[in-house]
Parts: sequence; C-alpha cells; structure tokens
Amino acid sequence: MLALEMFRSIPRYAAAKAVGGRVPGLLVGPMAPVRLVTRDEPVVRRAGWAQVRPLLSGICGSDLGAVTGSTSLYFSALVSMPFVPGHEIVGELVEDCDDLPRGTRVVIDPVLACAARGVEPCEPCRTGRTNLCNHVTVGHVSPGLQTGFCRDTGGGWGERLTVHRSQLHPVPDGLSDERAVLVEPLACAVQLARRAQVPAGGSVLVSGAGAVGLFAVLALRHLTDAGRITVIAKHGRQEQLARAFGASDVAAPNEAMRAVRRTTRALRVAPEGLPGPASRLSGATEMLLGGVDVGIDAVGSTSSLDTVLRSTKAGGRVVLSGMPSAADLSPAWFRELEVAGTYASTGDAFDVAIQLAQEAPLDDVVGGRYPLHRWREALDHAQSAGRLGTVKVCFDVRSRA
Amino acid sequence: MSRPGFVLEVDGRTPPLVVHEGEGFRLETFPRGTRVVYPPESLPGIRDVDGAIHRALLEPVGSDPLPTLLRPGMRLTIAFDDISLPLPPMVKPDIRQRIIEQVLTMAAEAGVDDVEIISANALHRRLTASELKEIVGERVFRSFFPQGALYNHDAEDKDNLLHVGQTDRGEDVEINRRAAESDLLVYVNVNLVAMDGGHKSVPIGLASYKSLRHHHNSHTMVHSRSFMDHTKSAMHHSAWRMGRMLADHVKIFTIETTLNNDVFPSQFAFLQKREWEWGVKDQASMLAARRGLALAPKGLTHNIFQGMRAPYGLTGVNAGETEAVHELTVAKVHEQQLVEVQGQSDVLVLGVPYLGPYNVNSVMNPILATCMGLGYYFNSYRGQPVVRKGGAVILYHPVEPDFNQLHHPSYVDFYEEVLTSSTDPAVIEAKFEEQYATDPWYIHLYRTSHAYHGVHPFYMWYWAAHAMDHVGDVIWVGANRKAVERMGFRAASSLQDALEMASSTVGRSPSITYLRNPPHLIADVR
Ligand SMILES: [Zn+2]
Ligand SMILES: [Zn+2]
Repeated sequence: MLALEMFRSIPRYAAAKAVGGRVPGLLVGPMAPVRLVTRDEPVVRRAGWAQVRPLLSGICGSDLGAVTGSTSLYFSALVSMPFVPGHEIVGELVEDCDDLPRGTRVVIDPVLACAARGVEPCEPCRTGRTNLCNHVTVGHVSPGLQTGFCRDTGGGWGERLTVHRSQLHPVPDGLSDERAVLVEPLACAVQLARRAQVPAGGSVLVSGAGAVGLFAVLALRHLTDAGRITVIAKHGRQEQLARAFGASDVAAPNEAMRAVRRTTRALRVAPEGLPGPASRLSGATEMLLGGVDVGIDAVGSTSSLDTVLRSTKAGGRVVLSGMPSAADLSPAWFRELEVAGTYASTGDAFDVAIQLAQEAPLDDVVGGRYPLHRWREALDHAQSAGRLGTVKVCFDVRSRA
Repeated sequence: MSRPGFVLEVDGRTPPLVVHEGEGFRLETFPRGTRVVYPPESLPGIRDVDGAIHRALLEPVGSDPLPTLLRPGMRLTIAFDDISLPLPPMVKPDIRQRIIEQVLTMAAEAGVDDVEIISANALHRRLTASELKEIVGERVFRSFFPQGALYNHDAEDKDNLLHVGQTDRGEDVEINRRAAESDLLVYVNVNLVAMDGGHKSVPIGLASYKSLRHHHNSHTMVHSRSFMDHTKSAMHHSAWRMGRMLADHVKIFTIETTLNNDVFPSQFAFLQKREWEWGVKDQASMLAARRGLALAPKGLTHNIFQGMRAPYGLTGVNAGETEAVHELTVAKVHEQQLVEVQGQSDVLVLGVPYLGPYNVNSVMNPILATCMGLGYYFNSYRGQPVVRKGGAVILYHPVEPDFNQLHHPSYVDFYEEVLTSSTDPAVIEAKFEEQYATDPWYIHLYRTSHAYHGVHPFYMWYWAAHAMDHVGDVIWVGANRKAVERMGFRAASSLQDALEMASSTVGRSPSITYLRNPPHLIADVR
C-alpha cells in the first residue's frame, strides 16, 4: 500500500528544528523527515482489531509539529519509528470488527489505551480517562500514544490502518465525510471546554483561531455558560469564523491585551511607563491586573502562552491546548493561576463531537484536499492555512489523481 | 485697517485657493460659482495690554473692583482655561500669565496668602509641568507649582469635589471643592470662539463627569444650534442654569479676553491673506513652505506645526460678573468673526487643519478630525447651518488612524470597539458611554498620566451629532479610506470625485460654499 512515513533521521530532525516553521517551502523540501513509500498493510492479529480504509485524513497541528521538529523531545519515547502519521480519520471498515460489519463508516479515537493494548486497565483507564492511560508503551502494539504515532497500527496518511474496536465510533448516515473528518478535533475541543471549567457568565480568552481555537469556541458556546469569549485571530477569514462559532470579540494579536483589558475592565501595567533606561529592558511586555476568568492557549507558541498567562485574572484558569512552548510562568505564581492541560478526549466526548459535527456551521471548514503523492503541497498548505483562509487541510486517501 | 468678512464667487480669474488638510495644505481649484467665505481681517490689537488688564480689574462690570474683594485671611482660587485654548497657542507671554500676575499682585497687596491656581481642564488631559509653565509664566510657576498650589483640576478626585446641589431641572452641579469653598473664585478665560466663556467656564471647566453628563450627551448636542450661539444651544442652557446656581453659592469674578485673527506666524503669513492678493513675497513663501513640507519627514513636519505660536493681538479684556462680562465678550468675538452669508447651499467644503483643542502637542486622530470638521467648523454658524438640510459636507484631512497612546488611550478602544459596532451617537451613548466613563483604567490614566478621560471620545463624537443628523452625505478628500469608512463616511481622492459621489444627494450642479478657515469665522446665515 501507499503511505506517508515519518522516519528517524537525526540530521533531518535537527535541520527541521533549525528551520522551524519559518520557511514553509524548505520545511517539506528534501530535508523533511517524511517520505512517500510502498509498505505492507498493517495488521494486528489480536481479537478486536480490524483494518480500516481511510477516506479523508486531516493534518493536525501536532503532525506539523513532528514534521517541523518543534515537538518536544518529551514525546520521543512515546512513539515508535517509522510510523504513518494521521489521527483525524474518517474511513470504512474493510472487515467485520466485533459488532460492526464490514463497510461501516467510522471515525477513530486515536488514543491507544489499555483496552487496545490488551493489558490490565491502568488506574486512569479504569476510571474512564483513557486519554491519560499509563500504558501507551506496552502490550500488543509498539509504543505510541496514539494511532498515527505507532509503528504497528499505521495511520490516516496511508491506504490502510488497523484499529481496535475500542477506538471506533460509527458515523451516522447523514454526516458527510467532510464533517466526519472533523469529529476527532471536535472531540478534543469538547474535552477542552470541559477542562476549562468556565464559571457561569465567565469571560474567556481563546488565543489562536486555527482549527483548535475555532473548535474551542464552538465547544465552549455549546457546552458552557461562558459569557464574553474573546478570540485572538490573525487573519480575516479566521475572524469571520470565530464570530460564526460564537466569539463575542475578535482581536488581532497585537491588540489582544488591549481587547481583554477593555472587555474585562482590567488595569493594564505597561513597561513603557517605566522611567528612563528601564523602559528599554528587553522582553518586558505589558500585563493585566484583572482579566479573563479562563485563558486558553490554542496555538502553543511562546507569545500566545505569554499573552494568555498575562491576561488571565488572579485565581483564574489557564488551559494549554496546543502543545505548549516555553513561557514566563511568573504570572502563574504571582496570580495563583491554575494551569490545566487538555489532551485528546475521553468519556462521551466523541458522541458530543458527532452531534456538533452534525449541527455546527462547519461547511467549507475543510478547505484543501490532496492525494497522498502531493504531500509536500498539502503540508505546505496546512502550514500556511490561517493566512490562506483555510481551517483544515486533508488528505483524500482514495484519490490517486 | 481691518476689513469685514468677505464672500467671493469663484470665476475664471480666481486663482487656486488654500485648503488646509492636517499638517499641510493644498491649492484647490474650485468650480465656477463656488461661494468662498473668508474670515474678516484682524481687528487691531490693544497696544497697552497690561494697562487694559489693570483697568478691567479696577473697573469691572456688574461687580466691585477686584482689590475691594480681597482681604487678609481669605481663600482665593484662580482658575484658568487649559491648553485647549487658544489655537494655535500664543507667543509668549500668554495673556493668562499677564492677567494672573496682576491678580496675584493685587492679592499680595491686600495681604491674601491662601491662593491656589487651578487649570480648569475638566475631563481633558492633565497639563505637563512645562505646559502649565507656558501658560502661567516662569515666575508664577516657580512660586506656586513646587508647593502644589498650581495644579490640574482632577474630576475623579472624589475627596476634592463638592456636590453643590441640583438645578431646577435636576442637573447635578458638582465642581472642584477648593473652588467651590473659596471666598473668591477668579476665572481667567481666553475666548477664541463664541462657544467658550460665560457659564461654560466654571460649571464645565471645573466639573466632574457626574455634572458634565447632563449637557455633554448626544441629545443635547443635536439640539444645540449652534454651539456658537449660547442663546440657541441646549448645552449652554444647561451650563447657564448651573452657572446661575453656582453664582449664588460662590463669589465668582470672571475675566474674559478676546483675540484677533492673527493665527499664523510670519513664515506662514501668506495663509492669512486672500490668495488673489498674494504678492511676490507671499508666492515665494508659499512655494518654500510647500517644498519644505513635501521634503520634510513626517516627524519634522509634525514638530514644525505643533511648534507654531500665534502672534495674536488682544482685542478686549473684560472683568466682573460672568454674564455681564460675557455679553461684551461675545460682541467682540462677533465683531471679529461674523461674516454675513446669504442663504444655505447644497454643499459645504471645509479644510480641517492640523490642530484642534484636543491635540495640542499631540496627534489629530480620526475622531478628533471628525469633531473638528463636523463638530466645530460645521457649527460655526449663526441662524442656520451653511449647508441645507440633507446636503453634503466635503472635508479635507488625511484621517490617518494614528493615535497618541499617552494622550488618547480610550480613543483607540473607541475606534476599535465602539465605531465597529455603531456610529450612531445615541446608540453608542446608550451602549458604551457608561462603561468607558467608569473604566478604572482610563480613570487611572486620566488622574496620574496625561490621558483624556475615558468618556472624552464620546463627547467628541457627540459634537458631530448635529451635523450627522443634518446632512445627507459626508465625504473626505485625500483621507485614509478605511478610517473614514469605519466612521460611517466616504472617501474621495479629489474634489471632483467627491462632487461626483455627492451628486446622488445634491444633484449635478449643486451650490457650493467653501468656508476658508482658519482663522475662525462664524457664518451668519440669513
Ligand atoms: Zn490532533
Ligand atoms: Zn490505561
């Protein structure tokens, strides 16, 4: 079968890291640690596993992070190389899987937890928090926190993958492939909205209006009693979508602090007020006294996280949605912030996400579809999606043209 | 000798005319038949200014002479018009300095030693120490500022405000406590336009938001016709009610001054003259100025303009009871500025210059440019507006969305948040005013930095409410399109384009009037 494969190449990893996300063309050029290969179809000969033929597979920020080398080395022990990326998948079963007959259209919860690995449930899995599974490196399949990061299962960027029954959610007939492929990221957003613990009427800042940020707004509006939701967006189309999904205000990144100050009537402390040479201290940026109840970093960049930390009110909550970069944690200390992570999804999040995928104004959210062999273009497009007005770029795995 | 105002009809021999547009001006060729209204030439200035001041203090109207009002042990407060007047600032010494020095001399002779001097800046920004010094002069500054006896009025200092009561219409009168509790309050005014002075001085200049909101609102502004005529202005009616009430409560000695039209320093003197009378020297300075402005970097141009000082002549100084004084003042202002204009026209053309009351030493942002054009100049009429109901106003200004972050922080938010939501003065008043007026951050910046009060951009927008209500079309020539559209107006690249765009409102051959100011003029429309 045809698949895109990410392989271990220390020089390429280093090169990608050096170039970072700054030069899209270079990033997916000859130095990318990705290649198009023909390889055997993945099989796991255990009860409950079956093959799936992906129809559409999304490109997630974490996939781009892996390609660009911006992913923390923390994850290197949690993956098994070489793997086929892709964990936002709508596909169909090519064989029966327990109660689900062949041909069933499915979306996939990518987390490879105890049930899939055939090991005794760990403590988080026993309490239903499979996204926090402690066993993602052991059992029937190779290490890999998710489908799409595991050598044995394959991923959405190949023509076949293998999936455990515990990961499968059938897709209702009326739901198009273009919407179904959004279910996994929507489920993450549902998880995020729950982790945010927004108080009734509470104010929220969502930093970032890529897929993660936009879906966060959607989920917050559907699942919480959030009051004013302010979204930081760079591009015009993102602003439109943020409003359509329920944002009360949208501000440009350089306007973010000002917008939050205004909506929450916080006091602003700006270093420009310092006298003399102190005003030239580098790295000194403004901060708020007061601010939003909940700040959400949906970018994962240093500046985004800094903005969120500096504009969340004392005793408030900061949610890390994107894979976070280093930031100055002083506000977390001084303002007694609760810093919460949110990863993948758990419980009934997929059911809620399927519901959202049916009801929300998600037409045209998938803005680019590429066959596997045009992967360089696809990744390039995904890397510049915001600027180009695209929310989600997908591989159309069926297409060979 | 001075000449009265002049109305010219453009014909084949009329040269291109100067039109101000921010930090620069252009020479515009107007369509034949355009009516151009020139301000009257300057009245002669009083030669013995100090003598005139002295006489006014000794021979006041409706009051005993100042020296008889002064006695040992009394509390004397002197309040003065802030930096928003005059425009441009005057060459040294400022008339306020000369008056305050004489008042202080008389107070010293009478043995008064409890004296405080307050800048009546209402919700305007605090003046810096050097701005205070420029107004009151070196000697007064040195004697009073270090001890804290010369300072800015703080409309948010609850401890230092006094709620004097309510008028018979239920309007709160709350002013500076020191002023209200003084045995004598001397107010030193500079009357540049007929809108200023009278009971606008104390009840507005020394008031709090609680008191100002009764007349600074969109309803009152729409019903002030015009601001330049206090007998026809709902805003002034309210101020007058407050002023009469205050006069019962505290003894006020008002000193008002009037200036002539000498607003341009010598190198720009040609701007003061009518174009067809320009001589070789005027032509040369005009070319030099234009070349200089074209070549100079933006920052330098800004500094040249903001550094301009006007060689005004004093045309009158009157002191005593507020209303009696103001009557003399208004007569003098009218003598200098009134120009008779026969009938309204379809289109009004205005050049908006670099300076308004709220961007001295600062930047004229889009809201201030609007206030200047549609608030002040549009309202420079008596009788009826120069442009007919439903007509068009064409303004010249770059309207760049540049803001001074120090002076105008709430303006940025007003531009970003309020104007993107609505441009209707009544709507934004209902939806946003209170939030901005009570925002603790703006209050903090107003009190401790040099920021206009949070509510100030709303007032600027309300100033333009009457014009927005009256005219059918507002078009800016040479302006930043985005900024102008955000404010609900249209942008054109030339006068021809603007007239073309306005043709749906006023037809293909509209009557046009160009008010050629500055200097100031009031069109007395019959
Ligand atoms: Zn993902
Ligand atoms: Zn587990």
